Amino acid sequence: MNVFDIIGPIMIGPSSSHTAGAVRLGRVANKVMNNAPIASVKIELSGSFAHTYKGHGTDRALLAGIMGYRSYSEEIRDALTIATNRGIAYEFIPTDIPGTHPNTARIHVTGVNGEECTVEGSSIGGGNIRVDWINGMKVDFTGEHNTILVLHYDKPGLIAAVTNLMATKYKDVNIGNFRLTRPVKGGEAMMTMEIDGLPPLGMIDEMRNINNVINILLIRAT
Amino acid sequence: MLTYKSIEELIKCSIKQNKKISQMVLEDQALQMEKSIDEIYDEMEKSFDVMCEAVVQGQAKNQRSTSGLTGGEGFKMKHYSEQTNGGLSGIFMTKAMSRALAVSGCNASMGKIVATPTAGSCGIMPGCLVSLYEDKSIDKRSIVMSLFTGAAFGIVIADRACIAGAQGGCQAECGSAAGMAAAALVELYGGTPQQCADACAIAIGNQLGLVCDPVAGLVEIPCIKRNVSGVMIAFSSADMALAGIQSEIPVDECIDSMGEVGRALPASLKETALGGLASTPTGLKLKEQVFGN
Repeated sequence: MNVFDIIGPIMIGPSSSHTAGAVRLGRVANKVMNNAPIASVKIELSGSFAHTYKGHGTDRALLAGIMGYRSYSEEIRDALTIATNRGIAYEFIPTDIPGTHPNTARIHVTGVNGEECTVEGSSIGGGNIRVDWINGMKVDFTGEHNTILVLHYDKPGLIAAVTNLMATKYKDVNIGNFRLTRPVKGGEAMMTMEIDGLPPLGMIDEMRNINNVINILLIRAT
Repeated sequence: MLTYKSIEELIKCSIKQNKKISQMVLEDQALQMEKSIDEIYDEMEKSFDVMCEAVVQGQAKNQRSTSGLTGGEGFKMKHYSEQTNGGLSGIFMTKAMSRALAVSGCNASMGKIVATPTAGSCGIMPGCLVSLYEDKSIDKRSIVMSLFTGAAFGIVIADRACIAGAQGGCQAECGSAAGMAAAALVELYGGTPQQCADACAIAIGNQLGLVCDPVAGLVEIPCIKRNVSGVMIAFSSADMALAGIQSEIPVDECIDSMGEVGRALPASLKETALGGLASTPTGLKLKEQVFGN
């Protein structure tokens, strides 16, 4: 913890968990969509999110994050209008997602060209989040550290290929947490790596070129 | 490097290094974050600028919260202060109250604020420090530096107790903010590190047990007005410490006590909106007004 965790963050109100954290959850979906133009957004809200989302502006915050805004962007207030102007259809569905944190959202985004993404996560207090699912794959990261998500085909040697590149060419990169998830043998799989500091220039692009890697996402810590 | 495990550590190191707590913390944070002292200072100055802007935004006559439950408190208080030449509490204090209301109101209307330490308690540090900057002609650098002292006290509080209403009740949010602000005020008025600690101890001691009971679960009722109480407690605690009145209970023990009280509070009084003012007949009616049944 440092002084800016106490005097900070600079954020749009009214609630660090219901507003600032919601923007950050939305931003994860923005990253997964990888700049593809968005056609529609459907967001399921569970627990406290379902009950108080209007008063806290959680709806605007999630939508703002999905459109790429940050938790300090003034545009959050007008996110619904901005989305409409961009031709994005949106829908908020209060529901109950059993067994989840009280502030949980399940975000479905559909791109103009049919791309789809689903992100499920919770706002766990103080603007911090925990992401649980991405595109049906179990992940587990908080966004407190810079996080690299490697979407790849489930083939032998992939972890070694990725981590060898990091170890041999980018020696200063230190992995603090590593997780692999694979819903179906031989299908798509996801590595989640929390790293210390930001990845060096070029590393992410080079990782993308590794055989059988489908995509790499970098979720920056705030 | 500092560990921020106790305020006693901050006082001892500050005396040993013969530096103000703020200067020592600034240098330590630059080391810990591997940035230059100027970079760290500039970032803090940016936060202070946001606080000043939030005061202006929140004092607008037409300020209304997103839910519609609250609005215009900062304006009303400023107007009253001007019309009555300071009302009961005097010009300086009524203007400070107006600033605390304004920043909290700015937060409730989805304006830009600095969480200090949280969004719910974001009016207390600005209520105190913007007032010293604008009405007591203290230079900006000293004010920004005092935020490092407040922040260091906040880190210790977060580590030994907590700063989230959901975990420790309002004492953890407004109580922590008032304790941090009191320490910053004492340093700005030339008090010793020990007096900073005493002021923080008195402020926390005076808010022990304060529950978090937001009507409709929104950061408005009673949060906005509790920011004013926090400002008053911060100023009175700082003045007591500067007058040489000590806290019989050392500050670290006060903080531990706040953590213990927080754990003992039932869940209904920790940001769940199931108890306190939130569950009064009128509180429930207001909830229905905003969200329906």
